[in-house]
Amino acid sequence: MADTADTTKKVGLLRVLGPAHVWALGVGIVLVGEYMGWNFGVGKGGAYAALVSCWFAGVLYTCVAMIDSEVTSTVAAAGGQYTQAKHIVGPLMAFNVGLYLVFAYTMLEAANAWTVGFLVQTVGGLAGHEGTINDDPFIVLTIMFLAWLNYRGVLATLTFNLVITAFAFAAIILLFLMTGPFGEVGLLQHTELMSGQAALPYGWLGILAAMHFGLWYYLGIEGTTQAAEEVRSPARSLPFGTLAGIMTLVIAATLTWYVSVGLMPWEYLGTAGTPLFDAARLSGSPLLVWLLGIGTLFATLASANGCINDASRAWFSMGRDRYLPSWFGAVHPTYRTPYRAIVFLIPIACLFALKLPLDQIITFSILSGLLGYTFMPLNMIMFRKKWPMGSIKRGYEHPFHPLPSIVLLSLCAITFFAVFLGYGTQLVAMIAFYIVASLWFHFWRYRFVNRASQFTMPWPRPKGY
Amino acid sequence: MDFWNYLEYAAWAASAVFGLLIIADWIKTDTTYSEEVLTSSREGELEAMTEQHKL
Repeated sequence: MADTADTTKKVGLLRVLGPAHVWALGVGIVLVGEYMGWNFGVGKGGAYAALVSCWFAGVLYTCVAMIDSEVTSTVAAAGGQYTQAKHIVGPLMAFNVGLYLVFAYTMLEAANAWTVGFLVQTVGGLAGHEGTINDDPFIVLTIMFLAWLNYRGVLATLTFNLVITAFAFAAIILLFLMTGPFGEVGLLQHTELMSGQAALPYGWLGILAAMHFGLWYYLGIEGTTQAAEEVRSPARSLPFGTLAGIMTLVIAATLTWYVSVGLMPWEYLGTAGTPLFDAARLSGSPLLVWLLGIGTLFATLASANGCINDASRAWFSMGRDRYLPSWFGAVHPTYRTPYRAIVFLIPIACLFALKLPLDQIITFSILSGLLGYTFMPLNMIMFRKKWPMGSIKRGYEHPFHPLPSIVLLSLCAITFFAVFLGYGTQLVAMIAFYIVASLWFHFWRYRFVNRASQFTMPWPRPKGY
Repeated sequence: MDFWNYLEYAAWAASAVFGLLIIADWIKTDTTYSEEVLTSSREGELEAMTEQHKL
């Protein structure tokens, strides 16, 4: 089966990425949230409620980015938060965090593939096609093409993400410039569209209801950590790429909100399928219509592409540590990618995209993400307590500790409450699933874990041990 | 049958091509290299290997 010369060879992932790729991975996963989804918050509470949720979630994710930058620049291995949990909290937490990551990213990938199918149907309708276009082949093609790209190598995958993400971001900036400062006077009508009853149609309760959708602007920026084992200089590239990413997203989110609420009444905006594309059409500029149309497609592809990258790294890391069968811990000898993890997740993503309702997929993805965010502040507090400043070398030290952790934990609690109001059944079902998975890991799977090689960082013993 | 119907068939065909490319390479890789080599990656052992890698 194998040639004997290979038996002594070792293969691993390649350190080939730079900070721009880290930026492209983080922003690429998220930017689709600016193109669609965030605007359902406008429907829940009006334009001002959507702005409050945008900045509220912005604070939450800035805390996420700072905390992740410090821990990941120090624990520079594939798996991201899973590997952090393994080193700082313990195996059961790591197993759960690994599952949060894989489910959040695979479901988001499925939602993105579904969206590509929807976009093709929309374009077909606009082009005059009569009857319904079957979206299944376009959903499957999206997943297969991006999985093939990921299979063939991380450098090409994330360079592709860099180009299409930069295009999608530039389209938002151009939309703002051509409708705002350099646009036709009177095109944006904030005063007319946001005064009186339209200001806060459902009062303060509407703001709480809109909170859930504020996450859309930033959901997935924490995915930069999955590149930790493949960046050339983790201590520099990861904090730089992640923090530049969150700044990009805060700017893109605010501009998106500003242009959209100035062009569309809240009643329409709150139910629009592609709000930025609609804004471009209302601007009257054919150039913007093309740019934002292509930008919508690119943002969707970039998100799905980044999700495949991140889900496969998390699954691979769990296989490598034998939290899952070690078969998944294989690396392709030529392309240096976790190829079995990539292939294994293809049918699962197809199944989610073709068989489950979109709103359920997205809700479960967000809930898994939220569980992950709740883990982060606890992880950070334990990290600083076990290895205080000066005890180990950190690539980045986030300021004002423990304030960001406390803020993040508090905001997570508020968001859980908001999610419970709207999606209580799904939240309970999700938590029940993770409890059953934890019992399986504790009573069965953990016996296979290679416990002696769990801790790989060259750190001193934690304080107090 | 119009352009969009043909596009549906083209998308199915392209999906099948990408799927076959992946599966063919997967089988070839798994039959060429031993399981020890394929699963030899270890967390924290990357730097030395990166120096030796040739594409």
